[in-house]
Amino acid sequence: MSRTTTLSAALLVYRRDLLLAQRHWGQVAQPLVFFVMVATLFPLALSPELSELRRIASGVLWVAALLASLLGLELLFRSDHADGTLEQMLLSGQPLSVLALAKGFAHWTACGLPLVLFSPFVAGAIGVPLDSLGTVMVSLALGTGILSAIGAIGSALTLGLRRGSLLLGLLVLPLAMPALIFGARAIDLSIQGDSARGPLLLLAAMLVLAVTLAPPAIAAALRISAE
Amino acid sequence: MSEFLRMGGYAAFVWSSFGLAAAVLLWNVVSARRLHAAARARALRRDAAGQGTP
Amino acid sequence: MSWVWFHKLASPPHAYRIAGRLLPWFAWPAGILLAVGLVGGLALAPADYLQGDAFRIVYVHAPGAWLSMSVYGTMAVAAAIGLIWRIKLAHAVAAAAAPIGASFTVLALATGAIWGKPTWGTWWVWDARLTSELILLFLYAGVMALRGSIDDRDRADRASAVLAIVGVVNLPIIHYSVYWWNTLHQPSTLTRIAKPSMAGDMLWPLLVMLLAFTLFFGAVLLVRLRAEILQRERNAGWLRTELTR
Repeated sequence: MSRTTTLSAALLVYRRDLLLAQRHWGQVAQPLVFFVMVATLFPLALSPELSELRRIASGVLWVAALLASLLGLELLFRSDHADGTLEQMLLSGQPLSVLALAKGFAHWTACGLPLVLFSPFVAGAIGVPLDSLGTVMVSLALGTGILSAIGAIGSALTLGLRRGSLLLGLLVLPLAMPALIFGARAIDLSIQGDSARGPLLLLAAMLVLAVTLAPPAIAAALRISAE
Repeated sequence: MSEFLRMGGYAAFVWSSFGLAAAVLLWNVVSARRLHAAARARALRRDAAGQGTP
Repeated sequence: MSWVWFHKLASPPHAYRIAGRLLPWFAWPAGILLAVGLVGGLALAPADYLQGDAFRIVYVHAPGAWLSMSVYGTMAVAAAIGLIWRIKLAHAVAAAAAPIGASFTVLALATGAIWGKPTWGTWWVWDARLTSELILLFLYAGVMALRGSIDDRDRADRASAVLAIVGVVNLPIIHYSVYWWNTLHQPSTLTRIAKPSMAGDMLWPLLVMLLAFTLFFGAVLLVRLRAEILQRERNAGWLRTELTR
């Protein structure tokens, strides 16, 4: 029997998760709908005037994306935990942090990426000028990536707990605040006509840090939760 | 003395801050001791009931 | 080097006893230093040139802030030791430290806000340090909530340990981002709690208070640790002999 390489195991996990997401696309669509709904709350609460919305658009987009991502994080490990796949991963002998990375990336592909692709429409609807839509997408792409990484730690820690979703938010949101600061700032700079390079580069650095440091933490958390 | 209490007009701010500090310090002492006392009582009760693992 | 003493220390009955013996060495100096610092800060130190007597709030605000951060660090170190070397006592220390640190974070926040009123005119400003303290409070809340929602003590210990470590790694990032965010939006005249440049006779009470609070933390930690040890120990053998000494 040929030994599975780590890379092929990771690809396997990634493809399986995407396949499952495809089959339960309703569950995947929920965060997206939530994103649009939260964004819609603000014009209703404040004003339909685009000029006014433009001033808070960066915040609205980011907060909506954060909350929507939280929603999607809950299910990250739950079904695997329930049907025994998680145990198989633990026993497989493959480095768990690599598998965790694969799962996190699959989660981002299924949850974060649709959000990013949809964001120009939402952004435009709350007054973001056309020229800034690219920055919006980049900012949210990096941000949802960071969220997937950090959130997966929280998801692994709260696996199987009652009221886990509330707890997850409490754990993940403080850790996501730095990304929020720079991500929203990038969009604001772009709207003002300035270069958003600085904050975006910092955001990218945070993503690299998250992708590097989170998988071992996720693996540790999974072992703790699953035993 | 009254000059001291007045704190140059900032009496409310200074004394409420120090009052808060006193409250926090007091809470720490009281809750820690209460926890310990409760744990002691429970441990002695458990032992009396013979519930320890051999 | 013999590690016997270390392993002995980590054994619950031993640790319980030693904690009890160390307690007065922390509690009494803490009390005395607190009294000295209070007199020094409230009465002896001269009023500030700009802020008048309002600056005296620093004598409780700064120790609170200092402890809020150092206790989190202590908790994270203890958690790491517990995770890496699987020493239960270390987890007990982390569990005991968390509520104490959270209480001091609340103190730092409240006194910071109170101090802000005469300085800036409002009860709350999104000052960099205050916002950082608020996020730190959220981190404490997360660790304590996670520990509280897991019934199995072992899992609770290890899960909150991972979270504490993740938090401590994030702390510098959070500090830096909040500071950066704050300088963006506010003109320099308005920002941060104006720390008076401390002359000698204003400084010494502050140092005394910092030391006093730190010793106080030590004392409270020892008491809470003893309670934790008792809660975790199922073996009744040493309990009876120890507690009825």
